[in-house]
Parts: sequence; structure tokens; C-alpha cells
Amino acid sequence: MSAVPRNAPLRLLIVDDSNIMRRRIERCQNIPQLEVVGSASNGLDALELFCKTDPDVVTMDITMPHMDGIECVERIVAIKPNILILVISALADKATAVEAMEKGANGFLNKPFSDRQLNDALEELLGNA
Amino acid sequence: MFDEHEIRTFVYGTTRYFEVAAQQPATVGSPYLVTQGAPETAEYTGIINITGRRNGIVYFTAPRGMLIVMLMKMNESDVSHDNLCDLVGEVANTISGNARRDFGKEFMISAPEVVSGNGKDVKPPTGCRPFVIPINWRSHSAKLVVCLK
Repeated sequence: MSAVPRNAPLRLLIVDDSNIMRRRIERCQNIPQLEVVGSASNGLDALELFCKTDPDVVTMDITMPHMDGIECVERIVAIKPNILILVISALADKATAVEAMEKGANGFLNKPFSDRQLNDALEELLGNA
Repeated sequence: MFDEHEIRTFVYGTTRYFEVAAQQPATVGSPYLVTQGAPETAEYTGIINITGRRNGIVYFTAPRGMLIVMLMKMNESDVSHDNLCDLVGEVANTISGNARRDFGKEFMISAPEVVSGNGKDVKPPTGCRPFVIPINWRSHSAKLVVCLK
């Protein structure tokens, strides 16, 4: 996977089994550098789309059919170690967040979230890159 | 038998969704016990199954009109049946996630299941009396139903 030139837009892939969540993240994120390149409703489709679109940033749900977000994070990080992953999940327990971070996620946002919380989390993710 | 802490957790999970995602807090009505049968469901219902230290179901059931306004408040223009199912599932998902955090490993909590259609048969476990908490938001009313034993 290629490195991103400094001023190029960052490519965002949205992964969530909820259509309204995918649309909400796409609609509400207002980070100028981010360009949405695709969205997927489960981990398997996300992996396929990941290889096709080569994103720099991924928002990842955890509870999804076919392949959950934790496994998907692990497999994506194995393909592109410098990927930035924000896990967005209703699972509010610490153990889930820790597991996602251990697999290679860079941030964690609880559902439900406000527009501001989403953008703050994305900015923090990019700021820490 | 009801544990006040458990009920608070389920109520908080529900009302938090309204406050954060739909940007307007919901109020909680007077709870009541259903002594015979199951409470009536509205058009859309999100159900979570609970096993472990306690067994049963918890569900959030809401009328179509309420869910449509919620979607509109979330700036979602697609108010199709699929998106209404999706929304009621997301509310149940939040209730489930909240419960997992508060109750820990003693409770096994399923991913939400969504059913649609008035009067759908959502059956509480035998020997369990459902506890109903009205959730009022704007001019609409939904129900959070806790059936655990």
C-alpha cells in the first residue's frame, strides 16, 4: 500500500452494519482533508473494499455480521500497518476498547455520538498520526 | 423481581440515544408491571436477549411516527422501512452496549433483533412479569420493556 503525499486528501472508508450510521458518518464528518472513498456493512466487504480503495483512515463498527470489527481491524493492520482506525461502537465496556486498540485501532468513539464528538474524535485521530 | 440498578442502566441506555443522537432529551413516564401476557408492541421493536446471571429479554418498541421524526432530527432524509428498522436496532444496540459495560461478564447480551408490525408476538420468558417504562419524546411515546428473571 502506498504512502500519502503530505497535501493529498486522506481517503476515508466507513464500516458499519447500520445504513443510517454509515450515512450519518459520511454526512456529519467535516474534516477538510477527509474524502470518503467507500462504505461497507460488514468486515468481509470492508476488507475487499479496503484492497480496492486503499484508504488512509477507517471508521470501524464492532458488532457486524460475517466478520466483526475486531477481526477486521487486525486484518487491515496486517495489510497496512500505518492505517488510522477509529472504532465507533455501542459496546461501551473498557475491555472492548482495549481489545480494539491492542489489535491496532488508534481511537475509540462510543455510540451514540453527536456531530461534534465525531469530528473531535477524527481530528484527534489525524492529529496523533 | 427487579433490581433498580439494572432498570436504571436500561433506561439510561435508551434516553441517552434520544439526548445525543436525536438532540432532544426524552422523559420517562410512570413504570408499571404487566400482570398477564405481554405488553403490546408498536410498529418497530428492537429486542436484546439476556442470559447468564439473569435470563430474559429487554426490548424497545416505538411507533413509526416517532422513528421518522428521530431520523429527521438526525438530518436523515431516507425514512424508508429499512432505515426505521435500522434505527430501532441502533437504539437496542445502545441499550445492549450500555448493559454490557455496567453488568460485566455475568450477563451475556445478544446483538439486537428487529421485528416490525403492530402486535407482533414478542414473548417474555415463562414466569416473568414484564416491567414497562414509557419513554416520551416530543409528542410521541415508546416503551422500554424489561422481562428478566
